[in-house]
Amino acid sequence: MPDRTGTAFLTVEGLHAWYGESHVLHGIDIDIREGEVVTLLGRNGAGKTTTLRSIMGVVSRRTGSVRFAGRELIALPPERIARLGIGYCPEERGIFASLTVDENLMLPPVIKPGGLSVGEIHALFPNLAERRRSYGKKLSGGEQQMLAIGRILRTGAKLLLLDEPTEGLAPVIVQQIGTVIRLLKQRGFTILLVEQNFHFASTVADRHFVVEEGRTVDVFSNADLTRNTQKLEAYLGV
Amino acid sequence: MPSFDIEVLLGQLLLGLINGSFYAILSLGLAVIFGLLNIINFTHGAQYMMGAFTAWMLLNYLGINYWAALVLAPAIVAVFGVAIERFLLRRIYELDHIYGFLLTYGIALVVESAYRAQYGVSGQPYRPPPALSGAIDLDYMLLPIYRLWVVGVSLVVCIATWLLIEKTRLGAYLRAATENPVLVRTFGINVPLMITLTYAFGVALAALAGVLAAPLYQVSSIMGSNLMVVVFAVVVIGGMGSIPGAILTGFGLGLVEGLTKVFYPPAASTVIFVAMILILTFRPSGLMGRSA
Repeated sequence: MPDRTGTAFLTVEGLHAWYGESHVLHGIDIDIREGEVVTLLGRNGAGKTTTLRSIMGVVSRRTGSVRFAGRELIALPPERIARLGIGYCPEERGIFASLTVDENLMLPPVIKPGGLSVGEIHALFPNLAERRRSYGKKLSGGEQQMLAIGRILRTGAKLLLLDEPTEGLAPVIVQQIGTVIRLLKQRGFTILLVEQNFHFASTVADRHFVVEEGRTVDVFSNADLTRNTQKLEAYLGV
Repeated sequence: MPSFDIEVLLGQLLLGLINGSFYAILSLGLAVIFGLLNIINFTHGAQYMMGAFTAWMLLNYLGINYWAALVLAPAIVAVFGVAIERFLLRRIYELDHIYGFLLTYGIALVVESAYRAQYGVSGQPYRPPPALSGAIDLDYMLLPIYRLWVVGVSLVVCIATWLLIEKTRLGAYLRAATENPVLVRTFGINVPLMITLTYAFGVALAALAGVLAAPLYQVSSIMGSNLMVVVFAVVVIGGMGSIPGAILTGFGLGLVEGLTKVFYPPAASTVIFVAMILILTFRPSGLMGRSA
């Protein structure tokens, strides 16, 4: 179970979540080891985004258990969860239109040592360096995504929750984001990634959890992915 | 030919600038609160009155002078604001705007009635401190020092608030939380606390205006409700939630009012509302408002 590896970094057990009256998650179980890149795969509306939001504590109600680095998060408000070292990049990217690129980048406070410097973030995403004084609303979709990822790298968060970072982006930018994720893994970041595109997922991840109707129903290591392609295609309905 | 020589003109412009100083501080407080809380604080006039009364009470009951009251009274009224936010406003953020209006207006009625029950409606005098009494003789007119002081304080407070919001890290948190409070929380920023403190700050601005007003106008339980009708017009003209809109419109309309007194006195008390109608006809979200 959660401690079978002995080094579980994030352990989610029996997670249920609600938006107002509607019960959206019905039992999510995930375990991630430190330094792993893990994806959540599943159809639209399966509950992947809600799983990330529930880990972050931004749903109306949640039950079950979410343990991170030995701490139980289920009763904590989002600002306390973030301060334990979790960075969250939402699906809609959440770039602030009335703030400049620099202000967006510098907005999340540094919570722990060990984050990337602004120089390193600019090296990963040169576009952000060129557009420092532009307002958030002026950026292209790709630039917004770079900014949304870039700004949570500064804070020292060791676990990153990335919600569909490649959605709607040109192939060349998808490649760039893939490169960045592999680089972040090398630097010791642990990443939980929501993806629709499992071809992209297979180029960055160690393991894949499959989510269906608000439950985790299967898990594959990346090495087993090709052997399970048919099964996976059935899950994803492709 | 009506008698508008240069003295009358300058005198009325100065008077307009002073009224404008109060409009600016008060509408600034409303804009700050509206920006983050999305609530129009109809208790603002009562909190302005409380600021003036607190200064009066500090002097008459405790012998605490104007200079200390300038800091203490806004702080005391801000604590009252914290209580309102924590125990009342917090419960209605999810609800329709009309509940915010009913609640804050209801609180204003309760507060003003409580002061009226205790002190009646007649004004209590409050003397300006000796250092600010008297006037400078400019040959063509007498310039009361206290009025000059009010304009100066208002300008400094308005510019400092604008810089705080536009140019500092704290201000960036505030602007970001105005757009997307939930996401700002996921960065580890305590947005509920920030909302409480923002409300307290807006309330403190109202109370500061009250202290500034105490030596100029009579301190009375109804002083707030008289002024707020005009201030709400200022806020609507400037654009709801716009900080520079609130400041510039506050001073600008004070001057317009002053000029109207020189050229056509009967219209002086209505000119702001005529301006409001004209501006809203052509710019429904106000001069500097965010379009809805």
